[in-house]
Amino acid sequence: MMEDFALKVENLVVSLGDLVAVRGISFVIKKGERWGLVGESGAGKSLTALAIMGLLQDGWDTSGAVWHDGINLLTASDKKLSTRRGRTMSMVFQDPTTALNPVAKVGNQITWILRHHMHVNEKEAIEQSLALLNKMNLPRPESIMDSYPHQLSGGQRQRIMIAMALACYPELIIADEPTTALDVTVQKQVLRLLDTAVTERNCGLLLITHDLPVIAAMCENVAVMYGGRIVETGSIAEVFTNPRHPYTKGLLASQPTLDNIDLEGGTRLTSIRGSVPPLYAMPDGCAFAERCDFATDKCKELPELDDQSQRVACWNPIAITQKGA
Amino acid sequence: MGRFILRRLVFFAITLLITSVLIFALIRAAGGNVAAILLGKNSSAEEILKLSTELGLERPLPVQYFEWMNNFLHGDLGQAFRSKQLASHLIWTQAPVSVPLSLGGLLLAIIIAIPLGTYAAKNFNKPSGAFVALLSQIGIAIPVFWAGLLLSLVFGVHLGLLPTGGWVPWTENWVGSLRSLVLPVFTLGIVMASTLTRYTRTAILDVMNEDFVRTARASGMSRRVALIKVGLRNASLPLVTVLGLLAAEMVGGTVIIEKVYSLPGISRMILDNVTAREVVVVQSTVMVIVIYVMTINLIIDLAYGLLDPRIRVGK
Repeated sequence: MMEDFALKVENLVVSLGDLVAVRGISFVIKKGERWGLVGESGAGKSLTALAIMGLLQDGWDTSGAVWHDGINLLTASDKKLSTRRGRTMSMVFQDPTTALNPVAKVGNQITWILRHHMHVNEKEAIEQSLALLNKMNLPRPESIMDSYPHQLSGGQRQRIMIAMALACYPELIIADEPTTALDVTVQKQVLRLLDTAVTERNCGLLLITHDLPVIAAMCENVAVMYGGRIVETGSIAEVFTNPRHPYTKGLLASQPTLDNIDLEGGTRLTSIRGSVPPLYAMPDGCAFAERCDFATDKCKELPELDDQSQRVACWNPIAITQKGA
Repeated sequence: MGRFILRRLVFFAITLLITSVLIFALIRAAGGNVAAILLGKNSSAEEILKLSTELGLERPLPVQYFEWMNNFLHGDLGQAFRSKQLASHLIWTQAPVSVPLSLGGLLLAIIIAIPLGTYAAKNFNKPSGAFVALLSQIGIAIPVFWAGLLLSLVFGVHLGLLPTGGWVPWTENWVGSLRSLVLPVFTLGIVMASTLTRYTRTAILDVMNEDFVRTARASGMSRRVALIKVGLRNASLPLVTVLGLLAAEMVGGTVIIEKVYSLPGISRMILDNVTAREVVVVQSTVMVIVIYVMTINLIIDLAYGLLDPRIRVGK
């Protein structure tokens, strides 16, 4: 049966003993859809990604279900997962300086994937790798294939990571802060590569970042994560123009733009007061209540996502105003 | 790679220079005089001074040092004052005991420790892995001489499988030589393997938490394949350093083991000559051992260069 989704997450919980880091999140990424996940550090974004890939460190537990390529990734064996990882789903990590094997040539790291998953011979694997590197706008791919990671720049390495992620035409690409460690000028190029890949190959993209403009520029839909839960989700246009959750609004207001920075030295940049509650002190009710200007007694109970098109989990959501008002 | 080797060789030479001065100074700082020992208890101070002068031991220390170094570098290791035996001859006759003992111990340690440490790392959260870790901890805690006595007691005395000590020269009966080496090599090997197992376990555990192992697994390597293809190679880098340290430790271990198993090895020969204050023989033999250890270290360093491309290229 052909599924029309690349990834379907149902009530995913990720925990380490008593500490619950991801508290039941659900979402679907369709093929060809660019889906953004934003939130502060500690919101559970990276753990969500690692749980999907089955790459959580020992000790972490998961519950719920993650459907991809006909199997529940959470219950599949490591062996079964390793036939999907790099093949039908792949991941681009945040820090390209540590993400490549330092003692193996770049070429061998790419060709291994092709030979392992696509069962092509050495010669074919090299040809396909060169084509991939070319596509990543990497000049002189032959010499790059013959280099060790430390001989290349961060931008080059991240493009190699993307090449590795795309090598086997996956249905799902997870990119966890793919541009955070890169220079601004390189960031755009890397994002464009990911963007093109989704368009050309009709795969799903889960883009995880705390960088709101990146999400706005790249994605069709977005979910905002806070304290291990999705607090607001909808299309980019909806969420970014009319944030309904006070946290989303706060996040957007914390973003420096030409309008809210003061070149004379003072600051008009707002920030959300307080900080994310630690895992061991996560409240039963809304996790954001303590930092929220709109909090009421009701917020001691846990709000669920409502069922509008722009869903929000808040007892006192901000009313939607007319566009441009 | 060329520059890497050159750097290593310069380092080698400097270390030799420094150790030569140290050996020379230390054996003299220990006091005593070969002349006094040669002449016996009832000799007078004048007699001792006379003999000591004749042997050249009353000349200024720098003169003695440079004479020794000059001879040493020209391949003349000197001779014993008493027996007139050449130091080179002494070393040459004991080396067939000590070299197989030390290298055999080191090899055995590697053969035991790498798989065992890998196993312990792979099963670090299971009882079996904890058991191996505990075993290696016990191995580290056991002194070499005690391990030697135990093995000798069990396999030599009770089971009677192997000689409890002594030595059969290679030329006489090489099977006998091998049999006399088995227990000493095992003692040394097991003791060093304990340390190495622990380091292997830690190195692999560290590496398996690295980002690039995660990437490898995200590319489709199963836990096992990632461990073998990516983990071991990277974990071998810190281990190579440990091996270099173990090579030095191994020489210390042979001193005790040669004593426990009554092997006529170089370490025992040095001890005897220290007691007799045969300064030249001691100096030269220790230098040869230092060169031996440093050569092993040099080989290990070169292996390091081969394993890690970041070092090979150099700065």
